[in-house]
Parts: sequence; structure tokens; C-alpha cells
Amino acid sequence: MPRYLMSVYGPAVRNQFGDYPDKESMLQAFKDTGAFNDKLVADGYFVFADGLEQVSTATVVDGRGAEPVLTDGPYLEAKEHLGGFWVIDAPDLDVALRLAAEGSKACRGKVEVRPFQTEESFKALLES
Amino acid sequence: MTELVDEAITRAHRSEWARVVASLARRFGDLDVAEEAAAEAFATAVERWPRDGVPPNPGAWLTTTGARKAIDRLRRESHRDEKHQEAALLYDEPPEPLGAVDDDRLRLVFTCCHPALSSDARVALTLRMVGGLTVPEIARAFLVQEVAMGQRITRAKAKIKAAHIPYRVPLTEDLPGRLDAVLTVLFLVFNEGYLATGAGTDPVRADLTAEAIRLARLVHELMPDDGEVTGLLALMLLTEARRAARVSATGELITLDEQDRGAWDRALIEEGHALVRSRLAAVAAGGPPPGRYQLLAAVNAVHTDGRDARDTDWSQVVALYDRLVRLDPSPVVALNRAVAVAEVDGPDVALALIDRLPLDGYHAFHAARADLLRRLGRSGEARLAYDRAVALAGNTAEAAYLSRRRGQLRSAGGT
Repeated sequence: MPRYLMSVYGPAVRNQFGDYPDKESMLQAFKDTGAFNDKLVADGYFVFADGLEQVSTATVVDGRGAEPVLTDGPYLEAKEHLGGFWVIDAPDLDVALRLAAEGSKACRGKVEVRPFQTEESFKALLES
Repeated sequence: MTELVDEAITRAHRSEWARVVASLARRFGDLDVAEEAAAEAFATAVERWPRDGVPPNPGAWLTTTGARKAIDRLRRESHRDEKHQEAALLYDEPPEPLGAVDDDRLRLVFTCCHPALSSDARVALTLRMVGGLTVPEIARAFLVQEVAMGQRITRAKAKIKAAHIPYRVPLTEDLPGRLDAVLTVLFLVFNEGYLATGAGTDPVRADLTAEAIRLARLVHELMPDDGEVTGLLALMLLTEARRAARVSATGELITLDEQDRGAWDRALIEEGHALVRSRLAAVAAGGPPPGRYQLLAAVNAVHTDGRDARDTDWSQVVALYDRLVRLDPSPVVALNRAVAVAEVDGPDVALALIDRLPLDGYHAFHAARADLLRRLGRSGEARLAYDRAVALAGNTAEAAYLSRRRGQLRSAGGT
């Protein structure tokens, strides 16, 4: 079955309530997202889901040289960054898009849906 | 003899292309394979039919030939998984009854117009896969470089495959939104033909309007009970019917009130009116209320009803636009409504409505204002509005018409 990454983007700098305006809406979003995750599990779509720490906690590692070079901060400078994601198995894009719409509503963020490579596409790559 | 064969191939291309691509796409689960195999099948027909004669069932011949071509390609590509290959190689004839073939074409239409594709890609893909236009033809139609258009189509096919966009008619709950995306694509193609943009193009592109109508007829044939599909087809027919009367010999737009109604295509008008009447009856019998295409078709039915422009029932037009505004409160709809209001309540009332609209970058807004100001005798303001309209008009015939109108303003006064 095709596998999709559903990424949620949020502001680079979070306030004390994460990406949410106040505590109440934060708790409600967590509750809704939890319920959505439970539904993903129950319906057999769930592979993995989690939220990430603020982007300022990231470190970029370049190990291509003799010694790894470490850089504080994210790989790309941007106003918005990946804040969390789901990995789901879904029969096709229509199903994935419907789930993404539900997830977006639950977590109050835009969701990017992107397919993983498949065995077939990877083989095509090897033979290219 | 050769001419007859050429004609048979052209006819087969027009009537069978979508069917061949659609059935190959279902069978092989890959649009790229289907498109290439269909193209090869038609190339083989061009080669063989003059020699061997036209087969008794050209569609079946093309589908079978296309399937063999697809199998050849899949055999060459070893990376396809074995199950996939087996499925493809197992049958030599499509096992489905004829009814399912129609569903294939519908699947193809919905896949090409999938909302996960960009609007440009949907249009290009639909014209290629369903309409059977070649990449150079589509590139010319949209004034895009051939290479760029080819890439646009290739990228779209690659996304369909990699993202697993399904090859099926959407579920009932998704159908209204998805069908709307399909109709938008068809309407875009039609409008690009009807109000062609670009300095070097003909003001009306009959090839594009004809293609849009052909595709709309196909979707109507596949979904005859859908009101909006019927509405869009009627709207296109009633607009196309006036095409010959709409541009003068000197390439200038002729507005509805000045058109020679004798030059209208009566057969298209009658067909369009019959479709509108069928929708009126369906709505009266308790069907769903009309959507935007049905309302626009009804407006065009009113416009094509009288023998003379003076017979136009403008209050009926305003009533239809009132309903359209409720469905679609966009300023463009409000502008069209205001133009009809001018005929019922006078240009001053209409001008007050139009002046409130945030459409400064839209040529039709300035053209409508210019006309109302002219009728109110405010020549100076009208002239400025015509200038703006001409500057923004992308259609050569429309620009020529507006320039002439501007030139006819009384130079004196200016108020």
C-alpha cells in the first residue's frame, strides 16, 4: 500500500503555548489531534506520528568531509518550519488527502502530503 | 480511396482516442503507457489501413493494437513487478462489457482534472489524454513553448503515478467538488477559444471552442442526469452559436445588440434551448436548484430568444443574475448583473452599482463603465474609462471595438 508523509508546518518561533494563541486552544488542538491519531490507528492507516521541538533546537551535520562540520540551527532559514508529521499507509492519494484534511482541522495547521518512494519507483531509479 | 481512409482515420481519432487511452489506462494502470500505446496504435493505423483497408470495428482494432504495443513496452521494462506484468499479459481482449468502457472515459476525465494537479496541468492533460490533441497543438493553443508544454504534461503524469492519484470516478460525497473541477477545465478551454488572448492570435479560436464543446458533449453523454454538466454544454452551444456574428470582417468585436441574428447558428441555438428547457423541467419536478452553469445558460437562452435585441427580456436576465449572485458573490458576477440592471433601471443606477466593485485591473469593468458613462453623456470620463479598457483588453477584436467606441465620443463638452 502506498505510504505518505503528512507534514505540518508552523512558525519558526513559538510562543509559550506552542503554535497556539492561548492555553485553551492548545489543549483543544492536542485533544483533537489525539482523537484523530486514535482514528488513524483504528482504521489501519497509522504508521507513525509525532511533534518536533522548536526549530532553533536543530543542528545541521555535514559529514562529507574528513571531520563532521556542525552548524547550529535549521538546514534552511525560513519563517515556517516542519513542526510535526504523520506517516500513514493509504490506498491512494484521495484517501490520503481526505485524512490530511481531517488532520489539518485537528491540529490547526496546513498539511503537506507527499508520497514515499515505492519499490517500483526505486527499481526504475536503479535501472535509469 | 486514400481520402476515404484518411477520413476514417481522422474520424476514428476524434471518436475513439479517449476510449482507447481510457481502456488502456485501466488495464495497465499507467497513463504514460496508455498514452504512448494509443499514439502508436494510431500511427500503425495510418500505416496499415491504406494497405489492408479500414477494419470493420476501428475502435476495437485500435484498442487491441494499443494493448499489444503496451505489452511490448512492459516486456522491455524489466523493473515492473511481475504481478503487474502478468495482469497485463494475461488477457488479449478487454474482458469488460461495453458499458464499462464509458466508465473508463469518465475515470480518465476525473483523473486528468484531479485537484492535486495545478490548473494549467489539468487543462493540458485533459486536452492530451481525453481530447487527443498533440503536444505541439496544445502548446500553440496556450502560447507556450512546445518543450515547456511537454514537460508540463510529463510532470503531471509523473505526479499521478508517484502520488498514486487513483484512476476512478470519485465517491458520491466528493463528486460535486470534483465534477466542478472538470467543468472548470472545460470552461477554461472554451473561454480561451472564445476570448482568445495574445496580440498575434485570432480573436476567436474556433479549434478550441470546438474542442471544449466536444469534451463537454462527452461528459454530458457520460453523466446525462447532472444539471451542471447539461448547463455547461448549453452555455457553450448558445455562445458558440453566435460566433460567426461576433467579429466583423475587419476583426472588430460586435456586441450582442448589434449582431446580425441571421448569422447565428440556429441548430446550435435550438439544441441549447432544448437543454435549458430540460433543466427547467427537471428543477420544476423537484430536482436540485440550478448551479452557476445552468443559470448562465439560462441567461444566454434569454439573449438568444428574441428576433431582435430590443425584444430581450432584461428583467428576466436580472432575475437570473440575482440568483447567481447568491451562489457566487464575486465582483465579476456583480458586474454582469449591473450591466443587465442598466437595461431595466437605467445607466445611472447601474453605474452606482459598478463603481463600488473592486475590479480596477479587469478590462470588462472599465468597458462597462465607459459604456454607461457614454450613455449618460459624460464623455470625458467615458474616454478615460475606454482608455483603461483598451489598455487592459487582451483580445484584439475587443480592443478594436473599444477603440472605435472611444473615437465616436462627442469631443465637445466632456462632462
